[in-house]
Amino acid sequence: MVPTLFGRIQTRLFLLATVGVVVTLLIVPVLPGSSGALGARYANALLVLLAVAVLGIVWELIYHFLMQFRWEKDWPTLFGLLTLVPEGLLLYFLLRSGAVDFIDPVPPAAFWTHFTVVWVCMWLVANGPMRVPFIRWRFRGGRVL
Amino acid sequence: MAPPNTPAPAGDLTPELLGAPEWTDQMVAAAGIPMYDIPFLTVGGGMGSFVTLDYLRVYGVPTSQMRVISNIDTPWQTYEFLTRCSQIPRSERIRSDSASRPDNLWGFPSYALQETWKDKTPAYLWQLLTEPLLNDYWTPRAGTVFESIEREAKRISYWDMLVKGQVRMVRRRVGGGYFTVVTPPEGSGPTKRVIFRSRFVHLAVGYPGLKFLPDLQEFRTKHNDYQHVVNAYEPHEQVYEFLKTRPGTVVIRGGGIVASRVLQRLFDDREKYGLKTQIVHIFRTFVAGSHGPHIWARRKGGNGWAYQGFNYPKSVWGGQLKAEMRKLEGAERAAKYKEMGGTNTPYRRRWQEQMRAGRSGGYYHAVQGTVDRVERAPDGRLVSYVRSNDGIVREPVADYIIDCTGLEADISEHRIFADLLQYGGAFRNPLGRLEVERHFEVKGTASGDGVLYASGSATLGGYFPGVDTFLGLQIAAQEIADDLARRGFVRKMGPLRSTSQWFKWAFNTPV
Ligand SMILES: Cc1cc2nc3c(=O)[nH]c(=O)nc-3n(C[C@H](O)[C@H](O)[C@H](O)COP(=O)(O)OP(=O)(O)OC[C@H]3O[C@@H](n4cnc5c(N)ncnc54)[C@H](O)[C@@H]3O)c2cc1C
Repeated sequence: MVPTLFGRIQTRLFLLATVGVVVTLLIVPVLPGSSGALGARYANALLVLLAVAVLGIVWELIYHFLMQFRWEKDWPTLFGLLTLVPEGLLLYFLLRSGAVDFIDPVPPAAFWTHFTVVWVCMWLVANGPMRVPFIRWRFRGGRVL
Repeated sequence: MAPPNTPAPAGDLTPELLGAPEWTDQMVAAAGIPMYDIPFLTVGGGMGSFVTLDYLRVYGVPTSQMRVISNIDTPWQTYEFLTRCSQIPRSERIRSDSASRPDNLWGFPSYALQETWKDKTPAYLWQLLTEPLLNDYWTPRAGTVFESIEREAKRISYWDMLVKGQVRMVRRRVGGGYFTVVTPPEGSGPTKRVIFRSRFVHLAVGYPGLKFLPDLQEFRTKHNDYQHVVNAYEPHEQVYEFLKTRPGTVVIRGGGIVASRVLQRLFDDREKYGLKTQIVHIFRTFVAGSHGPHIWARRKGGNGWAYQGFNYPKSVWGGQLKAEMRKLEGAERAAKYKEMGGTNTPYRRRWQEQMRAGRSGGYYHAVQGTVDRVERAPDGRLVSYVRSNDGIVREPVADYIIDCTGLEADISEHRIFADLLQYGGAFRNPLGRLEVERHFEVKGTASGDGVLYASGSATLGGYFPGVDTFLGLQIAAQEIADDLARRGFVRKMGPLRSTSQWFKWAFNTPV
């Protein structure tokens, strides 16, 4: 899928709300180094997803701008995977610094495992299986609606 | 003595029919032409017809509601002929990407996954992951494409819908719908023509015809020599065979992917058989480097070529450029086409290597120039008179000239389009081809509750530029299927039904 600006944002929100939530529900109980009541850990992990969504809108604006320098106005598959590095780092430092105070600090191992697994799953789904139920999605720049 | 007014043999077109833009059922009956009813008819039977029928079968239309009229037996026949001539046998890789799958409207699993599984070669996945940054685009083998279409054609009972014949024209019917006049294969029926009466007709007849470069055409006609001046889209093995028997020089014209393919063949043969072939490559537009009006619209290029993975920038099939073009009309649309158009070829590492070796070895010479004329030298070889922009005149002498420009003829060269433009209400788009709606209805041709659709190269210049590609034909097919669903001809396709249909595809269960 080659995204448009609205398509990028919609795809991100949609995949976070579906794949992201499902993967989170499955993975939180086995995340390394985390402690506390399971309910609280779930709540916290879902808030992390929310932060990825909100910050993501800003990230998508940046990606869209960068894409303009590409003649084909495309977004290679690898970019979709590698952007996990800057996005992960920014969120990690924001959480560490306490700038996002409604999310409890997460142990590094738990954060990175959760973040990476969710990201890779979303990326895999966006690169194929997403087209199975949504046959118009790839021709509309990633718009779901 | 024959009577002065010999009546037309029964079952043929009458002057009355030929002259009338709209026909009634009575007019057709009076002409004695057998008539068959079929709600949906697609004309062509190539890739465009196939993907459209595939969509409609998956959407739920039974075979009894649809027919495809064609002069070929398999949907890939014409495509395979053209690719084979232009040096892509089944074992070579085509241009379009992994997810452009005419046999699978979801594009998943992509060809790369399929070939990885079949060849047990994970390297394909690495290439897919790193394209086009660290690697060339991964593209499927021609053979993979044909085999998978064959499987899908069987699954959707394609051959139950195929009717062999040549379509002569499509005329509007008084009261709605269309009459499609077909000339069946000789001897297959009692009459010269048969007619199909349908509510919906789809035209996917491919290229209206090939056009040769004028100076080459002139040479061919004047000297009646079709052996030494050839078009890359016609069989021209004799060129490569000759070069195996003695050293020779070949002039190549054109800067598109077909030129790249022909060059590769010449370089490969040079290597494989230790040949001494000399190559002179004439570019009318010589691209020396990155080009384009501003930093947001600059395409890579060099050594004569403009580089681009596919025939249009990748986002025309679904991203930003598709969305932008969809809104443009008239002159603005034409300008956008101009901005992103132009002949181009993919940057492939193997081709770059071969050309580099050719330049340094002194056997590959690329020049800018316009050819004024081609003449025969006293020894029978071919002299091209080439004038370059800086005024230099070159006169390369060659044994063969291969025209790789692949110019397409005007749409009016095709009888169906000529007839539609004259009688059917169709008109031309800003690029001179057939103007279609966003859902690929041919503008101006509506007939009651009937609709005439068209897809493929004849519709280039419309709201969607990628028409002449597998994925473009599928995009058109989806628009058409959705339009037919809006008109109540077939059920809408939602996420659940799509998923269940995908499983049927995966398990090769008939639709
Ligand atoms: C050399 C080459 C390589 C290409 N490579 C790629 C690629 O890698 N990827 C990609 O996506 N696209 C590629 N294309 C472009 C395009 O996808 C193919 O050409 C494709 O076959 C077009 O499908 P079509 O249905 O429009 O035409 P065709 O497949 O040519 O089918 C049209 C058929 O209609 C028949 N017909 C015409 N008039 C009548 C009539 N009056 N009555 C009955 N039948 C009629 C013709 O005989 C023809 O068989 C390539 C094109 C060429 C020429």
